[in-house]
Amino acid sequence: MQFFIEVLIGGLLSGVMYALVALGFVLIYKASGVFNFAQGAMVFFAALTFVGFQEVLPGWLGLEAGSNMVFWLAFLLAFIAMIVLGIATERIVLRPLVNQPHITLFMATIGLTYLVEGIAQMVWGANVRGLDLGIVDEPIAWLMDNYEIGVSKFDLFAAGVAASLVALLAILFQYTKVGRALRAVADDHQAALSIGIPLQTIWRVVWAVAGFVALVAGMIWGARNGVQFALTFTALKALPVLILGGFTSVPGAIVGGLIIGASEKLAEVYVGPMVGGGIEGWFPYMLALAFLLVRPEGLFGEKHIDRV
Amino acid sequence: MLYREAGQFKASYAEDARIFPIRQDRIGFWVLMLVFGVAVPLLTNEYWLKAILIPVLIFSLAALGLNILTGYAGQLSLGSAAFMAVGAFAAYNFMLRIDGMPFLVALVLAGLTSAAVGIVFGLPSLRIKGFYLAVATLAAQFFIVWALVKFPWFSNNSSSGVVTAQAVTILGYTFESPEAKYVLTFLIVAFMALLAKNMVRSSTGRAWMAVRDMDVAAQVIGFRLMRTKLLAFAVSSFYCGVAGALYAYTYIGTVEPEGFNLDLSFKILFMIIIGGVGSIMGSFLGAAFIVLLPIFLDNVVPALFGDALGAGFVSNFQLIIFGGLIIFFLIVEPHGLARLWQIAKEKLRLWPFPH
Repeated sequence: MQFFIEVLIGGLLSGVMYALVALGFVLIYKASGVFNFAQGAMVFFAALTFVGFQEVLPGWLGLEAGSNMVFWLAFLLAFIAMIVLGIATERIVLRPLVNQPHITLFMATIGLTYLVEGIAQMVWGANVRGLDLGIVDEPIAWLMDNYEIGVSKFDLFAAGVAASLVALLAILFQYTKVGRALRAVADDHQAALSIGIPLQTIWRVVWAVAGFVALVAGMIWGARNGVQFALTFTALKALPVLILGGFTSVPGAIVGGLIIGASEKLAEVYVGPMVGGGIEGWFPYMLALAFLLVRPEGLFGEKHIDRV
Repeated sequence: MLYREAGQFKASYAEDARIFPIRQDRIGFWVLMLVFGVAVPLLTNEYWLKAILIPVLIFSLAALGLNILTGYAGQLSLGSAAFMAVGAFAAYNFMLRIDGMPFLVALVLAGLTSAAVGIVFGLPSLRIKGFYLAVATLAAQFFIVWALVKFPWFSNNSSSGVVTAQAVTILGYTFESPEAKYVLTFLIVAFMALLAKNMVRSSTGRAWMAVRDMDVAAQVIGFRLMRTKLLAFAVSSFYCGVAGALYAYTYIGTVEPEGFNLDLSFKILFMIIIGGVGSIMGSFLGAAFIVLLPIFLDNVVPALFGDALGAGFVSNFQLIIFGGLIIFFLIVEPHGLARLWQIAKEKLRLWPFPH
């Protein structure tokens, strides 16, 4: 039982990390109807930019390496880089492709993936780097002593970050003017345009916010596994989360992430040995697929009605 | 002046239903067949055949398969490489386990195996569509590669699933030289392309296109959705499967499941985007473009910038060019190279008197 709980909690917490990446997808899909395959590349780009600035800033400004100042400055600069990337994407990729079928836009973001990966590695180099957030990846002593359940501090921290990020996004969406405009655009592009919401500004905002989410996700993933090219594959892990939760729902991304994380770990531990292990790679997809057969629009997605 | 249909009359239904209604096209087609079927293997060297022409042909076939599914039937798939893997390993097992199995029969059986797997993974398309389906096809991609690595039976217990293709023998003749392998690949690909061209011109193809344009409407006017969609998955997987088998037998020789990864699936997707979605010709143009581009960049980039920048720079530069080109193509010509060819033909018909 203890083992089961330990696996379950570990799975849920790793699910939070998937949810972080999935969030970025949902934001962009909601606002612009673009399925942004480049989100994984953006996570990689953000993490690499952050680490890169952390390395070069002490030299440039004569600051002490590893100080708080450097951390926040690098964070700020990486955020600015993500905003620039978002605006450039809107200007160079999305604007010329307005009114194209969704599938064309999707393919354009696959092209964007290669572009962003190439630029990131060309600027900062391709070697694996560590990223230290100051939180150790070790079990919490109190839980370990009293209940013999190992829960990593780092995972808990990641969950906390994800929770506050979602709260922040919820506030942004519900209580600010930009948020209202965002929701209006997500609802209906034409109606939003006709009451004077500048669509292109909104898209830029959304891409910048998605860039911020990518930065946070990239820092957490990077601290966990090192900042390396494999980060781009986190996007692939976020896809079953998305189809499970529905492409258009922020809560869906979180719940989907939790379900995928938990079920994947449980399946690996309990079903894996029966078929030779390594099923983590495809199990989430199969689960999502089976789920789609029952509810084609996902858990929280909008029901799609076809009109002829 | 030379390219126009003036004076060419269609006097029978057979003439009306021709693939190439204009005589000049027919002549051009046979010239092309002769050049690529006879002249090329006689005149080019081994490097060209092995590194460029054979892969272009094989990837054209795979792209053709994906184009049938995505371009004609409108079902986006990100798992084409997995179906190639099924084809390659099925062909290997048929050759290995059945004594005296003729290569061509094994090829067809490999295609059929792949088609069967394709139908299974196409089943969700009856319920879900669009991006949800695209993600669902990723399940096929990951599951198939995992299964081929995990169960040693598929690769005859070789370590990490690497298999070496047996010699290709047809009617006692062993295809060993690159020229022979090229001609064999060429004939198979040409035959299957012709088949595909006719398929998309027939009622099958029209049903696919109706489903692509609006599946509810197609259902209302009497197309059976299930049959049409699953047939598209089956035919597409058949083509990918045969392409995979050829990939193993006439191109690489030694294949492992990990070689048929997601990257390859994306590559095939790019081929049809750049070549032209919903075009047989486009599959060939796109495959040629995607195969030639890295080779071209490998040769040109160091020449332009010198060797000082190192291999890492070149590969990153390739990524950037690759991604940039895809975006560029989508913006400038969403219908791909095939559309450019179409436009050129229209212009040529009026040339030199456009009024």
